[in-house]
Amino acid sequence: MQQNGLWSTLRRLGPYLEGRRVRWALGLFSAIGAAVVALTIPQVLQVLVNSVLAEGAGAAAVWTAVGIILLLGALEAGLIYMRRFFVIPPSSDAETAMRTRLFDRLTDLPTAFHSAWGAGQLQSRAIADLNLLRRWFAFGALMLITSIVAMLVGFTLMLTLSPLLTLVFLVAAVPILIIGPRFRRLFVHYSRASQDQAGEVATAVEESVHGIRVLKAFGRGGHALEGFTSRADELRSLEVSKAHTLARFLAAMVLLPETILGLCLLIGLWQVANEETTGITVGALAAFFATAAVLKQPIESVGMLLGMTFTAKTAIDRHIEVMDSENTIASPAAHGGEPVSPPEQGRIELKDVRFSYPDAEPDALPDGRSELLDGATLTVEPGETMALVSGTGGGTSTLLNLIPRLYDVTGGSVQVDGADVREFDLADLRSRIAVAFEDPTLFSASVRGNVLLGTVHERDEDDSQHPPRSQAPGRKDLDEVLAEALRIADADFVENLPEGVDTRIGEEGLSLSGGQRQRLALARAIAARPSILLLDDPLSALDVRTEERVTARLREALEGTTTLLVAHRPSTVALADRVALLHQGRVVAVGTHTELLESSALYRKVMSTGAAAAGVDALLEEAPHG
Amino acid sequence: MAEQTPQDQTAQDPYRHLRGTAGEERVELSREERKFIRRRSWWLLVRLSEGVRLKLLLTALAVLVSQACQAATPLIVAFAIDWGLPRLTEGQSSGMWLPGTAYIACAVIAAVLIFFYTRMTAEASQQMLYRLRREVFRKTQQLSLDFHEDYTSGKVISRQTSDLESLRELLDGGVNSLAQGLVFMTFTAGSIWLMDWRSGLLLVAAMIPIAFLARWYQKNSEVAYRRTRISSARMIVHFVETMTGIRAVQAFRREGARSRQYHRLAKIYRDDMVRSISLFGIMQPSLVLIGNLTVTAVLLWGGFRALDGDLGVGVLVALVLATKRAFQPLDMIAMFYNSLQSATAALEKVSGLLEEDPTVTEAEQPQGLEQARGELEFSDAEFRYPAHGTDDAGPVVLQRMDLHIPAGQTVAVVGRTGAGKSTLAKLLARFYDVSSGSVSLDGIDLRELAVEDHHRHVAMVTQEAFLFSGSVRENIALGRPDATEEEIIAAARAVGVHEFIEALPAGYSTDVTTRGGRLSAGQRQLVSFARAFLADPAVLILDEATSSLDLPSEQLVQQGLERLLGRRTALIIAHRLSTVAIADRVLVVDEGRIVEDGSPDELIAAGGYFARLHSAWQNSLG
Repeated sequence: MQQNGLWSTLRRLGPYLEGRRVRWALGLFSAIGAAVVALTIPQVLQVLVNSVLAEGAGAAAVWTAVGIILLLGALEAGLIYMRRFFVIPPSSDAETAMRTRLFDRLTDLPTAFHSAWGAGQLQSRAIADLNLLRRWFAFGALMLITSIVAMLVGFTLMLTLSPLLTLVFLVAAVPILIIGPRFRRLFVHYSRASQDQAGEVATAVEESVHGIRVLKAFGRGGHALEGFTSRADELRSLEVSKAHTLARFLAAMVLLPETILGLCLLIGLWQVANEETTGITVGALAAFFATAAVLKQPIESVGMLLGMTFTAKTAIDRHIEVMDSENTIASPAAHGGEPVSPPEQGRIELKDVRFSYPDAEPDALPDGRSELLDGATLTVEPGETMALVSGTGGGTSTLLNLIPRLYDVTGGSVQVDGADVREFDLADLRSRIAVAFEDPTLFSASVRGNVLLGTVHERDEDDSQHPPRSQAPGRKDLDEVLAEALRIADADFVENLPEGVDTRIGEEGLSLSGGQRQRLALARAIAARPSILLLDDPLSALDVRTEERVTARLREALEGTTTLLVAHRPSTVALADRVALLHQGRVVAVGTHTELLESSALYRKVMSTGAAAAGVDALLEEAPHG
Repeated sequence: MAEQTPQDQTAQDPYRHLRGTAGEERVELSREERKFIRRRSWWLLVRLSEGVRLKLLLTALAVLVSQACQAATPLIVAFAIDWGLPRLTEGQSSGMWLPGTAYIACAVIAAVLIFFYTRMTAEASQQMLYRLRREVFRKTQQLSLDFHEDYTSGKVISRQTSDLESLRELLDGGVNSLAQGLVFMTFTAGSIWLMDWRSGLLLVAAMIPIAFLARWYQKNSEVAYRRTRISSARMIVHFVETMTGIRAVQAFRREGARSRQYHRLAKIYRDDMVRSISLFGIMQPSLVLIGNLTVTAVLLWGGFRALDGDLGVGVLVALVLATKRAFQPLDMIAMFYNSLQSATAALEKVSGLLEEDPTVTEAEQPQGLEQARGELEFSDAEFRYPAHGTDDAGPVVLQRMDLHIPAGQTVAVVGRTGAGKSTLAKLLARFYDVSSGSVSLDGIDLRELAVEDHHRHVAMVTQEAFLFSGSVRENIALGRPDATEEEIIAAARAVGVHEFIEALPAGYSTDVTTRGGRLSAGQRQLVSFARAFLADPAVLILDEATSSLDLPSEQLVQQGLERLLGRRTALIIAHRLSTVAIADRVLVVDEGRIVEDGSPDELIAAGGYFARLHSAWQNSLG
């Protein structure tokens, strides 16, 4: 896999380097220039001091030497400055470009992709990987080339001084070439393993923080600490193994060239002693070792820089992996089709809808079904409120996700306003629909920003994702829409927040209770003024009195809006005109609540609040003492 | 900030606004404030090094000797030419063998020591990191919920991941390169002094502008680093929020808007980053320039002395070359300084977190309670949220009250959202302690009760039924880690979730994070019931734990619930009639007070809030 072409991987970076290559090349030249100046300064010094001062020269000679060295010194500093000046901005721009393009790609990719990858995986690609790439761009790649150039120049110099010694010195490179790849394999193995283990540790941390209430309620902090400790210990031992491998390599990297140099010293001394036959002078031997000393640094750093290059390659591969993943849910225009846009009515039709999660294992369902939805058919008329009822895990929430195309059906079709949802432009389709999810997601923004998420609020005038609709509230009405939506969802607690509707909530702001979040999510769905409203058990976290109030206001507000709502209790069903009963992946009965109670035994079973409640009623009537 | 009057400072802690996690978002700090935070960070490092100090010392020694060996090689070459060659030409072979073997010996010693100190550094630094990881983890587990409610989970996680990562970078690579650089510089500077003290003087003079430069860099880069950390944190939060909330983003067509904001945050981060790197871009060439100017000065001064014959030409060559070399490691040291900066910024926050004290702690001499009957007593109990970072207490959540719950009673608590129902539960579970008065179990004040016994006797199931990655079995076993397989299955059976678990792809071994193990909210809740059943506490608290149950499972669970409650004392916070119906007694809570208290029938007969509630429920059953 690593053999899978460093060059072809690098070529994929082309688009990000657009317009930045010239600056980068200038930076490279500055870097090489600085290295060459650094290499020359000692040589020049030696020549200057020896030739200028040797034979009783005057003060002028000293001044000349000082002038030249001053000039070279300033040049070196200047070139180093130039390298950074040229390279840092384009590298950071390329990093930012990769980062933002990755983000844009990710927001386009379907929900299925996200649930398969997990936010943590994506985050490490978006942040740590790209930081590493920037460092490689700005430093690693540049220095690798510079070091190689310096080595070539140095070896050429040495070759002219003593071909025999240089050849002996190069022999040291042979074992390094042999152990190098072996080392890389081992090192890569350990660093992958420890990266993965670091992920495990991070997961343990994340869970311990998110599950803190459970851990505290059962006093299992110690238990969690044990689990964490063993993972952290594993991480430590992997890191130590990695260091042991590295230690062997570093030792070899010093041992081999240095012992060979010691050998060179022996041979060189013998050669100089027999100058008549070998022709090697003392000066040449000294110069050979001086150059070898200067080369030490580039030789040592090449190993490190190559390591960095391979890590950078992994980072690029990981980036490409995301960028290349197929977007299965896209507007027809993406594959050259012409999107349809039928007049907005609010009709939903499910025709023989089949669905299973892409990564679901076969036979994963308790009753042996292979698909979660197994031919569900249902029509919701414009303006109608339909409740969707089923047993545990019956696929009701999944069904809601299919309508705004958060997932695509695996068979059959979902139609909105008479057209298959896959023929709509996504923005057009989704602007007709608003959803309140089971787990209300709020963002770090004001209450206003969260509730008005589906409106023109904070959108550009020409936002292509907000196509014009007659029903959509205009910019002027937003305050009114906000107040109305909050009123219907009974979110009057907002008034008591420190800054009212402008209070920041979410990860970076005030944390709200489950019930409060749910009411804001409901208000958000209402504020979008959609023609189709999808509510996933919207009142589950509300207490009965609040639920009662919200139900009454919702009934009023839902007038004329097609609503499909997942209900888990009778009080929610009460909102609906008709009820659809989902069982084993199919819609088995549709009718009013009363009709279904009469006609369907299954519905009665699902709807009855069970023996305990009946028992209480009996108890209430019978209990003589009260 | 720092210009407080002296009296103020002695009267109260002048750094109170910096204690713990307070003030960690601040970018500009005064000199004293910086010193305070620095000291705290360094103290943490010193403490962590306990137990590995000998290893660190040996490492330093190994670095010293290995560097000395490497620095000696040019001297050996010089020795070979000046001393060895004449001997060799006279036919004495020792002139060849002596320097040659000395050179090889140096190479071998250096390599062997490199091998050892690379290993030892990693072992020591990993040991320190491991200890710190554990300590931070333990601390976050210890900290009370009021802390967690204030300090978002994202922050806690980044303290434990990215902050520790930058410390790892420092300990792993940085320290070695610093030691190497310093040793090399010392050796070179020493040899310059030996050859010619005047040139040595010039070298010392060069340290003055370098010190100023370092000071300037330190001051600016510290601020720049803090700024970068803050902007990167913002960017990460936005990223994670968008990706975890991707359904909402797509459903409400916010991709464009989210993207625009992300572009903006990424740009701010980029600018902060470039600004911070640019500081180094001034620092590095300036160091090189100072070095080269010093070389020129040595050449100038030495040159004129050489003209006068006071200084040998050979010595002058050696001097200028050594001066040039002496500045080489400065680069490396500056780079080390960079990773030090980022690690310090991280340490500042980590040490702040470690400084936080849990508000709920175990008594110094806790009372044990082997068997609990489950009798609960609130006497004169009052609760107000402690306002974080100040002395002023927050608003009263629970008014002063007395409440007696006899052992074995099932009590339902109802009331509006935010009326204070959950507070009752949280006080019993000791997520918080009362601000005044007391809560006791079997006559023992909860604050006096041994924490372990408290956990054994009181368990709570919350609305968010959190499952940890791992098998269903492990998740249930969390209630009692030493439970046998049979006990786990019995618990699952008791709450009616056994059949469902059996139907999962791998039964009890199904990993709940894999797709096949996708559990609905209701199923998760049942698993958490099994967990509580297994824990077998004398007092059970259900905090809105029944609200996400689906309809059919609710019937199942009604039976399971009754079995779960058994003869335990139970406090059930619920807003469903079916759950409230099984209670012996109902408490209606409003605005932090108990306004109604009695059996369900009594309350219905009395015609108060509960009676109205009950009729509303009846209606909704339609």
